Amino acid sequence: MNNTRHIISILLENEAGALSRVANLFSARGFNIECLTVAPTEDASLSRLTLVTTGNEDIIEQIVKQLNKLIDVVKLIDLTEGPHIERELMLIKVKATGEQRAEMQRLTDIFRGRVIDVTDSTFTIELTGTSDKLDGFIGAVHSDNILEVVRSGVTGIARGQKSLHV
Amino acid sequence: MELTGAEIVVRCLKEEGVEYVFGYPGGAILHVYDALYNQDDVKHILVRHEQAAAHAADGYARASGKPGVVLVTSGPGVTNAVTGIATAYMDSIPMVVLSGQVPTKLIGNDAFQEVDAVGITRPCVKHNFLVKDVIQLAETIKKAFFIATTGRPGPVLVDLPKDVTAAKTEFTYPRKIKMRSYNPTVKGHTGQIRKAVELIAAARRPMIYTGGGVILGDGSRELVELTRLLGYPITNTLMGLGAYPATDPQFVGMLGMHGTYEANMAMHDCDVLVGIGVRFDDRVTGALDKFCPLAKVIHIDIDPSSISKNVRVDVPIVGSVGSVLRAMITMIREEKFQPDAEALAAWWRQIEQWRAIESLKYNPSTEIIKPQFVIEQLYQVTAGQAIITSDVGQHQMWAAQHYHFDRPRQWINSGGLGTMGFGLPAAMGAKLAFPEQDVACVTGEGSIQMMLQELSTIKQYNTPIKIVNLNNRYLGMVRQWQEFFYEKRYSMTYMDALPDFVKLADAYGHVGMRIDRPADVEGALREAFALKDRTVFLDFITDQEENVFPMIPAGGGQNEMLLAGKDKMVSTHEEGMILV
Repeated sequence: MNNTRHIISILLENEAGALSRVANLFSARGFNIECLTVAPTEDASLSRLTLVTTGNEDIIEQIVKQLNKLIDVVKLIDLTEGPHIERELMLIKVKATGEQRAEMQRLTDIFRGRVIDVTDSTFTIELTGTSDKLDGFIGAVHSDNILEVVRSGVTGIARGQKSLHV
Repeated sequence: MELTGAEIVVRCLKEEGVEYVFGYPGGAILHVYDALYNQDDVKHILVRHEQAAAHAADGYARASGKPGVVLVTSGPGVTNAVTGIATAYMDSIPMVVLSGQVPTKLIGNDAFQEVDAVGITRPCVKHNFLVKDVIQLAETIKKAFFIATTGRPGPVLVDLPKDVTAAKTEFTYPRKIKMRSYNPTVKGHTGQIRKAVELIAAARRPMIYTGGGVILGDGSRELVELTRLLGYPITNTLMGLGAYPATDPQFVGMLGMHGTYEANMAMHDCDVLVGIGVRFDDRVTGALDKFCPLAKVIHIDIDPSSISKNVRVDVPIVGSVGSVLRAMITMIREEKFQPDAEALAAWWRQIEQWRAIESLKYNPSTEIIKPQFVIEQLYQVTAGQAIITSDVGQHQMWAAQHYHFDRPRQWINSGGLGTMGFGLPAAMGAKLAFPEQDVACVTGEGSIQMMLQELSTIKQYNTPIKIVNLNNRYLGMVRQWQEFFYEKRYSMTYMDALPDFVKLADAYGHVGMRIDRPADVEGALREAFALKDRTVFLDFITDQEENVFPMIPAGGGQNEMLLAGKDKMVSTHEEGMILV
């Protein structure tokens, strides 16, 4: 069985310790966790947690079952099972002097990013997209020119009328 | 009228019909102890160590089916209880643990006797709560009991800061609780049940394999009815013993590492496996790639995460065991499903051949006490009716093999976590649940010394039990592995400087007996059980190097059993050496 990447989106009771229960589950059972984002929703009693993990079919099945078993997990969906939109935000600070400035601006345009802060020697660029796209941007910038990378982790939502709510 | 948080705790326990609380006081929980002082509804058992509080509550829960309740203070109170909580968690025992905590203002300040109880217990509880406001107290306790006792049961901890137990509010206890995030499935899916029944009816070499879930789900009656209706062979796991009467001819014994030859061979060769309230634990399956290679697998369990965790299941059914089995019985009756009588007869002939090997047989002796002989005599003397608790090790396996449990909740042991020290406090808990019944704790000189101090609690609350100590002066199970797999290098398994258990029992106000001749075993047991109102410590000096047979060595398949006297154990293969 092949390892595949899954984006699991969870509605979680907005209780103290709820996040630790999710994180704890992954470490205690030896599941892989690549990234995790969490924030409150429009309903103050709920948080939305999105996590990215990889594993074969059996492992993903166990992850989903074990997550569902947590008392604080209200509902969850494996976004990768259907059409979905994936977004991640990246802020990247790069060296930008001389000719580099124009080149960096062009690259940013190609990736539909925005330069959001400028000094005489640096650009700070904001970029949104799938993790792949952000990886692509990082790959396109010479590593010597990268000063700092901050990524939000993946969030996502199902396409169409399907929605995750209580 | 307004009540303090502490009074609310006690009132909640009363509302839940809690008979006994097992605990130990300390600073952070003092308000609750004060509230206990002024009432008679909830009785408190003062243990000598918090681990014993959890084990005793656990034993009470396993014997009675009611949740066990533990009350401890903050810091060391709760850390001491952790082993007992983890024990209950691994065996899915309903338990509510109330722990004191430093006042909310001091939480996180490294206050005296402060520990992050919720954090420390998180991996070994079904759920836990920190109550930060007295207004939430009653509802939280209601939730704790609800979660602990429903679905797949388990321990729930409620952490109670001292200011919360001091604060006052109106008390109302919720009659019912509904949680949007917790709603276990009870009723099995009819389509899945139909598929299972069709598969069961078409089986030529069927096997029913049941575990602790049948006992926890009170499904024993349905299990017996279904099994007899079908005429199929049945095996129980260590945790499931008693769910089906062991003296019934359809019972082929326990399965797994130290299960019977016929149970394991039948598992290996079966074509349809019906797993009920089991979790395909590694002690049962042996090497997963060799597990039931020919079988279509049906699995009934209340916990979806147990299904297809270790073994791929063909027909999963999520639901409470009793309810699913009832639906199966109805369907089989209504639709007159008939098993293939000829195939079944041939299957039974095969199983009888395996059974004829008598894999539990041992070499009797008139010189030296064989541990198996003590269990056989215990079975005879108690007419198979006693509640038996055990510790962990060889004695546990011998008790499971040689005491034939005919009813659920009769056999109480730490199956999942394998906690030495469990047996004595658990026996005390069981005795409190059933004061009229004989309760015996089968133990060894290693295990018993881990919770010895509870002899004092047993005296204080007059819970007379019989302690059957199979004393071989070795940590026997470890020694057995060292003999088989480490060329008899008995590293740290010899118990030197053992106490005189007879004098020790006497010092605690009990009766002690030392038995070192086989001829005296029965008489001593009879004498002990005749002393109805006394706890008796029976110290049996047994054969030092007796091994538990049969055995599937770690990494072995179900058809690779080693039999007593027939097989010489040299070493297991490399893969097995890294397994426990």
